[in-house]
Amino acid sequence: MATKTGVEVSIAIADAVKLANADVVAAYPITPQTHIVEHLAELVANGELDAEYIPVESEHSAMSACLGASATGARVFTATAGQGLELMHEVLYVAASMQLPIVMTVANRALSAPLSVWGDHSDVMAVRDTGWVQMFVENGQEAVDNTICAFRIAEDRRVLLPVMVHVDGFYLTHVIEPLTLPEQAEVDKFLPPNDYPLPLWPDKPVAMGDFAPPVIYSEAKKAQEVNLRKAKQPILECWEEFGKQFGRYYHPVESYKTEGAKVLLFTMGSFSETAMTAVDKMRGEGKEIGLVRLRLWRPFPFAELRQAVKNADVLIILDRALSYGGPGGPVASEVKAALYGEAKRPKVVSFIAGLGGRDITVSGFEQIVSRGIELAQKGSEEEYEMFGVRE
Amino acid sequence: MTKPEGEMTWKDIEIGAIVTEPGSGSQYQTGTWRSQRPTYEFNRCIKCGICAIFCPEGCIEENEKGYFVANLYWCKGCGICARECPTKTITMVDEEE
Ligand code: SF4
Ligand code: SF4
Repeated sequence: MATKTGVEVSIAIADAVKLANADVVAAYPITPQTHIVEHLAELVANGELDAEYIPVESEHSAMSACLGASATGARVFTATAGQGLELMHEVLYVAASMQLPIVMTVANRALSAPLSVWGDHSDVMAVRDTGWVQMFVENGQEAVDNTICAFRIAEDRRVLLPVMVHVDGFYLTHVIEPLTLPEQAEVDKFLPPNDYPLPLWPDKPVAMGDFAPPVIYSEAKKAQEVNLRKAKQPILECWEEFGKQFGRYYHPVESYKTEGAKVLLFTMGSFSETAMTAVDKMRGEGKEIGLVRLRLWRPFPFAELRQAVKNADVLIILDRALSYGGPGGPVASEVKAALYGEAKRPKVVSFIAGLGGRDITVSGFEQIVSRGIELAQKGSEEEYEMFGVRE
Repeated sequence: MTKPEGEMTWKDIEIGAIVTEPGSGSQYQTGTWRSQRPTYEFNRCIKCGICAIFCPEGCIEENEKGYFVANLYWCKGCGICARECPTKTITMVDEEE
């Protein structure tokens, strides 16, 4: 029986990769991802994980090595953050369009300049359209569980796509949490061996990432797009199976105390836990407020989102990234787009906060909610409002 | 056997657009890219085959008389064969001529 222990989330993620029995880890260390790959290097060096650990010279090489390893049918893991994710950028598209089931933890970090090693979602939003399955987690347990789920989703014959698990840098990576690491036998039961259908193999040669002239490129892109959208069903099934076996259930969009709430707060990642505490407090004061959290970022869960917010009058969205000169928070602008065609839809108010490691406290969320209600009532000329910035 | 590319729909695309048919690149007519074409004065040719080794397209074949000649279905007209030929057998001429 798996027992609860206090462990740093980064170490637990590495242990989850060991439980998943990864064959290859190719990574370059970068704050705040470092402890994950350090611990994996230790596990491989100690003989506790029978895998190849490839210490590459950059993140571009890390993802390139992952491509090659994954193409042979190996189970492949890497992790990065912020600038490292940016350096990988062009290879990310290749991994997705070649349908290589690589799993990557992103320890979400702000982007330079000015230099910041602290957390926000700038790196997430910059890789939004790379074609990867992407999900947010809110705590260490979710990070462990979804690292294991990520392999099953990625390698599902109906999916065959790389998966990013977004874990807030420092807020999660460097925190010691009480969490349960599943037993090896249980993970083995849940996660079948990788059986990539078209691996590089001399007896059956294939060419990957080949040249596509105009006559075929559009067809290749349409096939890729349909495949990512259709991945939602296998993702739902994976989370359902995980829940049945381990007792912890995950959903693309999750609601907290939304019954009867006309005002909804909307968050993603680790800040959701503080937001829940804020909702508890406001509910205690008799305010009809609830919280909706986005877990699945790609493929975007349109139906679940519409269902979750359909009875609300005001939807207050907190983004932790800027779209410079653009339509407000990246998540807020997607939610607005998702709701635009609905006959009845809440008024969406976009806030940006929590940049580069700036905390948002419970009272911060209370202020965001009251300011959000005010803006929804009187309207605003601005696309969004930045919260907590000194004027 | 896969369909010609021009007839394939998105549903015919293999996983990850992987190509499972070896040598399928030979179906692609790169000769249409050409603005110049190699011409030969075989009386100078010593049949050394250097042109065939240097051709980046691999499209130079030895004919029944032992001369090395570009297959214009694939020849891109880069001129490397003309440059490398030690006896100046090959001259590039503009396609419009
Ligand atoms: S011109 Fe270039 S492509 Fe054509 S035969 Fe000569 S070397 Fe080959
Ligand atoms: S390189 Fe020149 S001489 Fe040699 S085979 Fe080719 S055409 Fe003839």
